[in-house]
Amino acid sequence: MGAAAGAGAIAGFAPTKFAIAQPAKVRVGLLLPYSGTFARIGEAITNAMVMRFAQAKDMMGGREIELVKLDSEAAPPKATENTSKLVNSEKVDVLVGPVHSGVAMAMAKIAREEGVITVIPNAGADQITGPLCAPNIFRASFSNWQPGYPMGRVLAEEGKKRVALCYWNYGAGQQSAQGFKDGYADGLKETGGDGEIVKEIGVPFPDVEFQSVLSEIAALKPDAVYTFFAGGGAVKFVKDWAAAGLKDSGIELTGAGFLTEGVTEAQGEAAEGLRTTLHYADTLDNEVNKIFRRNYKEMWGKEADVYGVQGYDTAELIRIGLEAVDGDVGAKDDMIAAMAGATIDSPRGPLSLSPAHNPVQNFYLRKVVNGVNTVERIAVEALADPAKGCRMG
Amino acid sequence: MDLTLLLIQALNGVQYGLLLFLIASGLTIVFGIMGVINLAHGSFYMIGAYLAYSLTAWTGHIFWAVLLGAPLAALLGLVVERLFIVHLYHRDHLQQVLLTFGLILIFNEVQSIIWGDDPHSVAKPEFLEFSIPLTDVQSYPAYNLFLGVVCLALAGVMYWVVQKTRLGMRIRAGSSNPEMIQALGINTKVLFATVFSIGVTMAALAGLLAAPERSVYPGIGEQVLIISFVVVVIGGIGSIKGAFVGALMIGLFDSLGSTILRSMDHIELVSGLSVDNLTSVTIYALMAAILLWRPAGLYGRAQ
Amino acid sequence: MVTIPRLSALLVLAAVVIGLALAPVYGETYAIKVATRMVVFAIFAMSLDLLLGYTGLVSFGHAAFFGIAAYSLQIFSPEYEAANLLVALPVVLGVTAAAGALIGALVVRTSGIYFIMVTLAFAQMLFYFFHDSQIAGGSDGAYIWVKPVLALGQTVLLDFESRETLLWFSIAAMLAVYALLVVLLRSPFGQVIQGIKVNEHRMRALGYDTYRYKLVSFVISATVAGLAGFIFACIDGYVAPELLGWHESGVGLVMVILGGMGTLLGPIVGAVAFLGVEELAKERALVGPLAENFQIVIGVFVIAVVLLLKNGLVGTLAGAGKPPAPTPEDETAGDKS
Repeated sequence: MGAAAGAGAIAGFAPTKFAIAQPAKVRVGLLLPYSGTFARIGEAITNAMVMRFAQAKDMMGGREIELVKLDSEAAPPKATENTSKLVNSEKVDVLVGPVHSGVAMAMAKIAREEGVITVIPNAGADQITGPLCAPNIFRASFSNWQPGYPMGRVLAEEGKKRVALCYWNYGAGQQSAQGFKDGYADGLKETGGDGEIVKEIGVPFPDVEFQSVLSEIAALKPDAVYTFFAGGGAVKFVKDWAAAGLKDSGIELTGAGFLTEGVTEAQGEAAEGLRTTLHYADTLDNEVNKIFRRNYKEMWGKEADVYGVQGYDTAELIRIGLEAVDGDVGAKDDMIAAMAGATIDSPRGPLSLSPAHNPVQNFYLRKVVNGVNTVERIAVEALADPAKGCRMG
Repeated sequence: MDLTLLLIQALNGVQYGLLLFLIASGLTIVFGIMGVINLAHGSFYMIGAYLAYSLTAWTGHIFWAVLLGAPLAALLGLVVERLFIVHLYHRDHLQQVLLTFGLILIFNEVQSIIWGDDPHSVAKPEFLEFSIPLTDVQSYPAYNLFLGVVCLALAGVMYWVVQKTRLGMRIRAGSSNPEMIQALGINTKVLFATVFSIGVTMAALAGLLAAPERSVYPGIGEQVLIISFVVVVIGGIGSIKGAFVGALMIGLFDSLGSTILRSMDHIELVSGLSVDNLTSVTIYALMAAILLWRPAGLYGRAQ
Repeated sequence: MVTIPRLSALLVLAAVVIGLALAPVYGETYAIKVATRMVVFAIFAMSLDLLLGYTGLVSFGHAAFFGIAAYSLQIFSPEYEAANLLVALPVVLGVTAAAGALIGALVVRTSGIYFIMVTLAFAQMLFYFFHDSQIAGGSDGAYIWVKPVLALGQTVLLDFESRETLLWFSIAAMLAVYALLVVLLRSPFGQVIQGIKVNEHRMRALGYDTYRYKLVSFVISATVAGLAGFIFACIDGYVAPELLGWHESGVGLVMVILGGMGTLLGPIVGAVAFLGVEELAKERALVGPLAENFQIVIGVFVIAVVLLLKNGLVGTLAGAGKPPAPTPEDETAGDKS
């Protein structure tokens, strides 16, 4: 890491050297949602990237960085065309995006065909670092499977015998549930305990009619429930849960970290005490995180979140690639090799990439205390996605 | 599945249905009297919800937010009617669909610009911050019951207005025979503006009242839009009674139907498709079935 | 309906075709893809206009057939080799036509607003069918790994992996659809459906089984929309449930209105113009900071089209200089439900 930081420092002085020659800028294309439901995630990612680039004085590997932003509209059928626009018409050197899994699928199709180096700062579709993995495609966030797995292990280890699942029935929700089931099974095997998944409830996405679901869960009386909801749906589910009196019923509500990520203010009292697992928590006690959060707050006037961290690491991955080839984006193989071998001292803790180019990272068990997701402990250390079906690396 | 669960699900269904009625009632009168398909109806629901958020933060109480928000919504309705909707009378449905489709896009962006994209919650009134025990595990939020009662009361008021007042008489005349009221010398310009404004107010009122229960976030308008059209069409366009029956049907179908379908989640129809995957499909199937049986909805007049 | 002089119609059509076919000259991959999309949506809009402008049926769920065809191709395509167009195209169109017949048999019974809503209901059903189940990738969508080829025995005549080939094939398809619809509308069948649009009661009184005529028109329209969906799936080889969504159906309606309903040229012009505006709205240089909120631009544009271009681009241009005459559209506007 010291060496990488040193390289960064040297790169920082590079402008004087090239002041006359003015090499072409490295164009980084961002295909992120800037309107609609996911806009706040797109904004957080962009902010953190802009911040990381600014810290490097917009120079990486001796070349100036230029951002080309395009609204993904979170609309999969249009995403192939929008990706094409960035790659073929805007001729970006590096592609970044998206937030939405369906858009990621569409984007990955074009990225594979064109071979452009792509970093995914959020979308978790398992397939992209599974059967659809490709040398030029990287992910700086998580696979949908990942945040589910550690929660499964935690509940199994704690001896929760009857567990119900409740999630939005679409790609991300189904894959998150699968992660949980795998983790639960592994946890049971290890502890020698017994337990079962008593019910799986898929709620049509993005419906928020949870009353009937809650009644069903109440009738089942499981020991714990694992959920996958995010944004407005997460707010409503958590509040409905508390209003239905289920918080004091002995049934524990848990979930992938998105259940309480960036929404605790809206959830208020109802979120207190909820436990979730994710690859980040605001209170992570490491220097990098503290500096990152302070800088982010200074620059953008609001608190950073997991999406900002993912954006930050996306920019960091790009920096490592560019510096390895001295800004020569034509040396694609070398750049890919450097990125694949990167180890990043991230605000989320140590981060490296699996052979399928998906993050290998710690997952934390978090608990909401006074509206903040605080770290209880590391639930699973250096967890890698199984990357089923990836024939690379 | 036991009887208690089914009874609770029926209660959930009725409560959801009552809220749907409130949203759909405004849609059906605009539809029925003015012959205007208003796709932006969901946007007015959304605006109501965001007004609840802002006004509650400002005044400190949801009741003040409702009292202030409703007239604001009525005013917005008048402005939109004068600026846009007025051009749609005597134009065909297609153009109404398109213009109001354009309005949705604009309202969504305006929401994003004014209020941002974060989800927000709206405080319930303190005296309703409790729950009533139903079983040993589950209880029922008092605000939900309150919401149901308010919806019922508003349904009652609408029934009284439509059946017993002068305005109601004109509305009834207008929905059954638009040409006749013109012939009678009633000022349709004023009538239409009033009706549209009432429609917008009803949608916004639903958003205002539901905000403490449902929270406020981008996209809530479109979530209720299609489903309220389903309610209106099932009930018969222009029929308040139809909207009431349709809304309760959809509410019950949603909560009871999905419980039953989910109890069959082990049945796989073909590879990759199990019975519980059909939850969202069933409501539209119900609507299609009703329209094929009665092409003008349950209480609509045949064309 | 607006009548356009035949010669000027052909001239405009020729200009559009030449402009689109020249896409490879003024840009590579991206320009070709945009041109192909324009052609695809021109075909889709023409299919919709057969219902809207000639049969008097406003479908708000037409994207269902576009999407069914795209999904059929995905499901029918073998994973590691190219599907042969000679088999794939008839199969996909057959599936779409069958879906059109099934849905049409039910929805054509209704009319007016109810028709709009029941077509929407069926499209939503199919949307959720693909979205919530694991058939063809669910909400994440699915890939067509190898694009179709036209092969006779071992000889490959057309390979859709080539973007130029696909563009020229789609232009040929568009011209074929145009010609087919011109012939169809001049035939006795075409006269009857246009009669139904103006006055269905009269046609029924004259002894026509209007239900069957409307149904046949619906099936033809669905099949043509399927052709558009087939080509769309070949552009990037990706299908997703949103292809069947109501936004997509709405966009189709906007294109028809923009170009001019009840003219075959209108939908073509409308599709090209709408996608052209969308491309411009994405250009940061042109719209500045609005690029991030470009839906607002589209929204204002749609409203402007409805309020200002009553007869669409084609109708307005054709009618320029003539005194405004009441169109049959106005006469049927009293058709309130």
